[in-house]
Amino acid sequence: MSAVPTDRLGGVQLRVTQARVVLSEWTKLRSLRSTRWSFLAAVILTIGLPALISTVISSHWSHMDPREQAQRNPMDAALAGVNVSQLAIGVLGVLVITGEYSTGMIRASLGAVPKRLPVLWGKALVFAAATLALMIPSVVVAFFVSQAIFRNHHILQISFSAPHVARAVIGGGLYLTVIGLFALALGALVRNTAGGIALFAGVLFVIPPLMNVLPSSWNNAISPYLPSSAGRDVFALTTGGSDMSPWGGFALFCGYTVAALALAAFALVRRDA
Amino acid sequence: MIEAAHLTKNYGDKRAVDDLSFVVKPGIVTGFLGPNGSGKSTTMRLILGLDRPTSGTVTVNGKAYRDLSAPLHEVGALLEARAVHTGRTAYNHLLALAQTHGVPRRRVDELIELVGLQEVARKRVGGFSLGMGQRLGIAAALLADPGTLILDEPVNGLDPEGIHWIRTLLRGLAAEGRTVFVSSHLMSEMALTADHLIVIGRGRLIADMSVEAFVKSASKNLVRVRSPQAEQLRALIVSHDVTVEIDADGALEITGLDAAQIGELAAANNLVLHELSPVQASLEEAFMDLTRDDVEYHAHTGLAPVGAES
Repeated sequence: MSAVPTDRLGGVQLRVTQARVVLSEWTKLRSLRSTRWSFLAAVILTIGLPALISTVISSHWSHMDPREQAQRNPMDAALAGVNVSQLAIGVLGVLVITGEYSTGMIRASLGAVPKRLPVLWGKALVFAAATLALMIPSVVVAFFVSQAIFRNHHILQISFSAPHVARAVIGGGLYLTVIGLFALALGALVRNTAGGIALFAGVLFVIPPLMNVLPSSWNNAISPYLPSSAGRDVFALTTGGSDMSPWGGFALFCGYTVAALALAAFALVRRDA
Repeated sequence: MIEAAHLTKNYGDKRAVDDLSFVVKPGIVTGFLGPNGSGKSTTMRLILGLDRPTSGTVTVNGKAYRDLSAPLHEVGALLEARAVHTGRTAYNHLLALAQTHGVPRRRVDELIELVGLQEVARKRVGGFSLGMGQRLGIAAALLADPGTLILDEPVNGLDPEGIHWIRTLLRGLAAEGRTVFVSSHLMSEMALTADHLIVIGRGRLIADMSVEAFVKSASKNLVRVRSPQAEQLRALIVSHDVTVEIDADGALEITGLDAAQIGELAAANNLVLHELSPVQASLEEAFMDLTRDDVEYHAHTGLAPVGAES
């Protein structure tokens, strides 16, 4: 009698392929609680925060002076959630890879796929796809919820088909997807959850305000090209004089992410697991 | 079949594996023995391509592990440190590994049953006991029906029933013609499981031989003799190749002559013997003898216990 029954393997060509690794990474992503909680938090924040802010603005509308009313941009309220949910998506992006290092799972993953790169590409693909699939609908819902709350304030009404509106709304979802990939790349480089989250928060939230310490000519020359501000251009309705164009900024942001992923890939292949 | 040639691995300026060459053959259980810190786990990581050798090569079935197209089908591994995400269920862990190779789902169920984890397969691994973790590791190793098994200290933390289960499983796998390479720091465990031994100390090869030959070569061929005429016997046989020591209760411990030679000498000189017994070193003693100079971390037995002076 065989110690390990093998008859059930008959007929299957056992071989590692990129498509199989993608399926495996999908199983890994969906089978962890951290994924469910982080995505749930991101969806709730993306939709809930605009609903809350829109309600507050709407109820205080009669107390605002006309100048303040004129300064209100309905898109700021509709996309306010993106600014907060990026933290949930970023943390999850870091965890997708550092969770494997902290638990030792990475040894099993790289033992199964010793060429290693398919694991990184598989993780990036399924995480980006899941983020995109959840966050694009979330920002669209956020926009319409916010508009529904503003229905009695004509000046705050804006059509989805008005110039730049659809781009800015969808852009919010695209930004969240790329920020997740950026965080995943940082996590793969640092291989440590605390370090990865610190690096992510440092690049996105700590460096930009530090720029204000620099002489303003330096600040103006550097700030628009930082990952955070370049990425935000795509979900801003209008861009200021020193900012890049929406798609130009987004392309630069994608460039940073591709560079970070390339560094992560290089490190993954070179380093001992 | 695993072949290592001049395998060397440095971590910083510390050499973990030092010019190690060996072959692990199919059809038998090969024990990989060495004191803690001797480089066993590092060697296994090198075989699995997790770490890159500083120099030298190691291949599985003639190929570097990284070049295998279906690595889990060729090599199943159980590493000493756990390689499981604690937040995932046992079932999903095995499923994710199976999917990388196209191993069908029903095979996952089959392995869960084989290792006896049906009750907890849908529970998260974080709550598993050491023994359950080892069983899950074995299931992962066997998932894609590998021709070679590499197991680092598989009986660690198992209860006697679990240890017996692993022993039987490993011997069964070897009997099917698979290559089975098992590390341990316990000689007694290897004596029960392994046919062949590769012994290392401080990253260097110390012995590569059958279990039987290992015990024979390492034992001292000591013969214990009791005689009312011990002094005369001692004077008769002591020479530059024969040493005689007297133990605590007056018996002679003779090395350099076997029991038959001593008996004949005594008879020829009309000396009475009360005991004439060859003493074989125990496996654990043989192992300690062999690796005495190569133990990385010595425990000092002369240290006074804490608080002894008060």
